[in-house]
Amino acid sequence: MALDSMQEIFDKIDRFGKPFWEIVLDTDVEERQVTREASFEKMRAAWRAMLETDDTYRADRRSVSGLVGGDGRKMRDYASAARTLSGGYVSEAIAVALCTGESNACMRRIVAAPTAGACGVLPAVLIPLWRGGQASEDEVVEALYVASGIGAVIGYKACIAGASGGCQAEIGTASAMAAGALTALRGGGPAQIGHAVAMALKNLLGLVCDPVAGLVEVPCVKRNVVGAVNAISCADMALAGIESRVPVDQVIECMGDVGRRLPVEFRETALGGLAVTPFGQEVKRQMRGSQA
Amino acid sequence: MILFVMTKFGKGPTDMLDIFDILGPIMVGPSSSHTAGAVRIGNMARTLLGGEVKTAHILLHGSFAETGQGHGTDRALVAGLLGMKPDNLDIPRSFELAKEHGLAFDFGVIQLRDAHPNTAVLNLEDGGGRRLKMQASSVGGGRIRVDKLDDVDVGFTGAFNTLIVNSLDVSGELAEVSRELSGAKINIANMSLCRSRRGGAVLMVIETDQRIPPVVRSLITELPGVARTTYYEKEAE
Repeated sequence: MALDSMQEIFDKIDRFGKPFWEIVLDTDVEERQVTREASFEKMRAAWRAMLETDDTYRADRRSVSGLVGGDGRKMRDYASAARTLSGGYVSEAIAVALCTGESNACMRRIVAAPTAGACGVLPAVLIPLWRGGQASEDEVVEALYVASGIGAVIGYKACIAGASGGCQAEIGTASAMAAGALTALRGGGPAQIGHAVAMALKNLLGLVCDPVAGLVEVPCVKRNVVGAVNAISCADMALAGIESRVPVDQVIECMGDVGRRLPVEFRETALGGLAVTPFGQEVKRQMRGSQA
Repeated sequence: MILFVMTKFGKGPTDMLDIFDILGPIMVGPSSSHTAGAVRIGNMARTLLGGEVKTAHILLHGSFAETGQGHGTDRALVAGLLGMKPDNLDIPRSFELAKEHGLAFDFGVIQLRDAHPNTAVLNLEDGGGRRLKMQASSVGGGRIRVDKLDDVDVGFTGAFNTLIVNSLDVSGELAEVSRELSGAKINIANMSLCRSRRGGAVLMVIETDQRIPPVVRSLITELPGVARTTYYEKEAE
């Protein structure tokens, strides 16, 4: 995509006097040679697919290893029965992140955002706002344009695959996309969006990809929760006027650099981190045994 | 090996992320690189073979070898060989479906030098003696790159309509092919020309913005010096 940096998006916002989401839409229309309506409807379809994943969640489904399933329901039950620490919006964001992540592990249909392992982050922050009547569907779709523009820049300047850059490249990128989307949704300007992105990415810098038995299950599902909650706090910070000291494009390049320097053990190979704890090795042994 | 790459945008094709590579694909889990990308690799190989796959010998490299099984990479590759797309809820059942369709497959491990961590090498045969060896990698977010075709270095992604022309190494061949395309008002997005030695066979990989209709493809196939053409049409929006 022809958006190579956050600065380029900011420059275009200034030059054309359009909001962030519309600059991303214009770029898509130009790049893919489609109409504005076709682009917008394709984005709406992605949003509805996110909703469908959550709507069709079932707590009795289990993943290949049996390690994942049912936690989304537990979170919702707890949130409706008890006084949570995190409050209504954040509790429901946690629940949606879990439900979507679990659905992915159970080979259900999800929207990769930017990857399948990180598919729960954007729905987690957006679905509760939409269900609560705090955002219209069109506003949510516009926020998804903001998110995807941010993700495209990160994909171009750094990386979005765990095998290339570790979990920071997946959950980190998803969290940055979600932080920017929320900031835009709440009326933040381009500079605030940039600060939200920078803070979200910085907070997860260095996060390794160390899946137990190599599966997108442990710790991936719950890291969607941390990506969502990090995004919410970074958006709130940016909206409060708090700024990232390191400029956003430098943070993005830094994430790519850290990713390249991560040992291969921490890039989705399941040869390091939680994957090689005694628990992780036991799961791997059991998986091998069950396949023999 | 001589590899010559032209691109209009000054960036390699794999760098061209559109926003629906980021917000998407809509896919069956659990992994965009290990499941959706693997389905696309299988589907690309099936298309380039140009017929029903009867036998498939598949070698996995790097992270595909280390963590592929648990991600359903094996099932996803076979699903792609059967023609499935990444959002097909039958992907988990592909081994059973392969049996029904008479597709025999086996898996092995390979260690490649300078390959992307998520790489597979597929050796395919159809029933009629046609063979294809394809090395491809899943480069993130479900996007793929074909790295080698029958041991010749290439580098295309399936993000464009892609025409592969096997031709003799004679001067002017490229001009002839591009004349046919421009005559049909088909815009070339990226093009690469690969050959193993001077005077040897040449592989032209042409990525286009527009679809290439069958009539234009047969005009190119009939050009003197062209041995055969293979066409991959990009996934529908």
